[in-house]
Amino acid sequence: MSIRVPLRQIAHARSGDKGNRSNLAIFVYAPEHYEALRQQVTPERLQTNFGGVLRGPIKCYELPNLHGLNFVMDQALEGGVNESLNLDGHGKSWSAMILALEIDLAGIT
Amino acid sequence: MDTQNTFRIGTGAGFSSDRLEPALDLIRLGRLDAIVFECVGERTLAFGHRDRRADPKRGYNPLLERRMRAVLPLAQAAGTRVITNMGVANPLAAAQRTVEIAAELGLKGLKVAAVTGDEISHLIGPDTRLLEPGCRLSETGREMLAANAYLGIDAILPAIEAGADVIITGRVADPSLFLAPMAHHFSWQLDDWHTLGAGTAVGHLLECAAQVTGGYFADPGHKDVPDLAYVGFPLAEVTADGGAVITKLEQSGGLVSQRTVKEQLLYEVHDPSAYLTPDVSANFSQVHLTDDGQDRVRVNQADGAARPKQLKVTIAFDGGFLAEAEISYAGPGAAERARLAGDIVAERMDKLHGSNAPIRIDLIGVSALHASAVDYPATAQDVRLRCAMRASSEAEAEMLLWEVEALLCCGPAAGGGYRGHVTPSVMTYSAFVDRGDVQPHLEILST
Repeated sequence: MSIRVPLRQIAHARSGDKGNRSNLAIFVYAPEHYEALRQQVTPERLQTNFGGVLRGPIKCYELPNLHGLNFVMDQALEGGVNESLNLDGHGKSWSAMILALEIDLAGIT
Repeated sequence: MDTQNTFRIGTGAGFSSDRLEPALDLIRLGRLDAIVFECVGERTLAFGHRDRRADPKRGYNPLLERRMRAVLPLAQAAGTRVITNMGVANPLAAAQRTVEIAAELGLKGLKVAAVTGDEISHLIGPDTRLLEPGCRLSETGREMLAANAYLGIDAILPAIEAGADVIITGRVADPSLFLAPMAHHFSWQLDDWHTLGAGTAVGHLLECAAQVTGGYFADPGHKDVPDLAYVGFPLAEVTADGGAVITKLEQSGGLVSQRTVKEQLLYEVHDPSAYLTPDVSANFSQVHLTDDGQDRVRVNQADGAARPKQLKVTIAFDGGFLAEAEISYAGPGAAERARLAGDIVAERMDKLHGSNAPIRIDLIGVSALHASAVDYPATAQDVRLRCAMRASSEAEAEMLLWEVEALLCCGPAAGGGYRGHVTPSVMTYSAFVDRGDVQPHLEILST
């Protein structure tokens, strides 16, 4: 049986920009959710769900002591803050976009 | 804690348009050794060059005068050193203006330093390799306006050693603005990578001001922040090993928690084990956070390795003109009417006016910020059409505004609230230069 919850319920995130590269750090509130985050929120999943804007390679850095992941996403800002025509040229709202993903907590209490 | 061996450093601004009163509160009540106003980003540096082009006496932070007028008397009374990159594209003019303000305020014996040398366009040529487009500069087909190298603490330390009360720089790596006075206070060696890495973590946590004290954090019902309207700016109590407690004034709003600190620790960081600044390759991957009382988080175990051999450079180019025009539709069918309006604008710009600049069409309320990535369910009945375009000529940019405004009478039913503006646009790309080719320069003015 799966227990699907929005990521926003178990994690918090912040995104930032450098040029046309966006980074997004995401941390679980409870350490016991870290493994589910690590296994289910992957570069492949971000690319599949948000490929329209996350257009380049995505790399994930694991931070087990902080119970978080740092995604570094190339060509992810429609050109970057001085070039993009997006109102949010910094991609500040990318963190909120990704917190809408669902995560399965089956087997985790 | 032995306060003799603690260096107290606060943040007065975390970006160009940051609030002023939290900075003044920190100077009044924070017993600070130093306060840093960090005011330069890729966007604001580009604006600085645009302003300096229009007027050689400008190009510094537009809020410099207001900030200095309020900050200088308080900082002098508190014995707090002020360090800022508010010089943006013109540090010397900013220092001159600051000295004039200090004189007007009757502040005697104030030493104001201008740190320059970051403007290095003479080192950039048609063959310079740009990082992100991955091409040579000449292949962009754009005119270079300026190029600024990120300077490090070695550019700021001479100003501190000269006893400057106010230090004004242009492009300096943000954490270096904080690391320089710490390194001076504790006599850290410039090759003590471990300690410089630890101090860089503290500088990085402080550099965006309220972003570590509850700003850019609140999400009602999930992450609540007390008294966010009066969010305080952070201060760090730094120890000789480069560790620190991040905190804020008790009287201020906001919060400092492990959560706020974690989010900021990784903000704009790529590889957490190699955060490159001109001073050090800092390692945040093993950082240890512990609670140290209400709104106090202790940060330890950041580390570092040898600094990079090259310095990063931001190169600004003429980006033509950004045109943005908006009109609103509300009530039943609002999204359909807004979409029709957008189609009309795109059609006419292409077929009638022969414009080949790409136009972005957003339906604010339905699909805007995430338009290219997500299809949200369209239930909105209050929708704002936004058309945006970057044009090479001002006339072409103005044409977009005219077309959107003309929708008032010629477009779909019940459209209103037209607004439009054209802004000169500057684009930026990054490159690297050899450290040895960049020569920081110091000039000291005084009242």
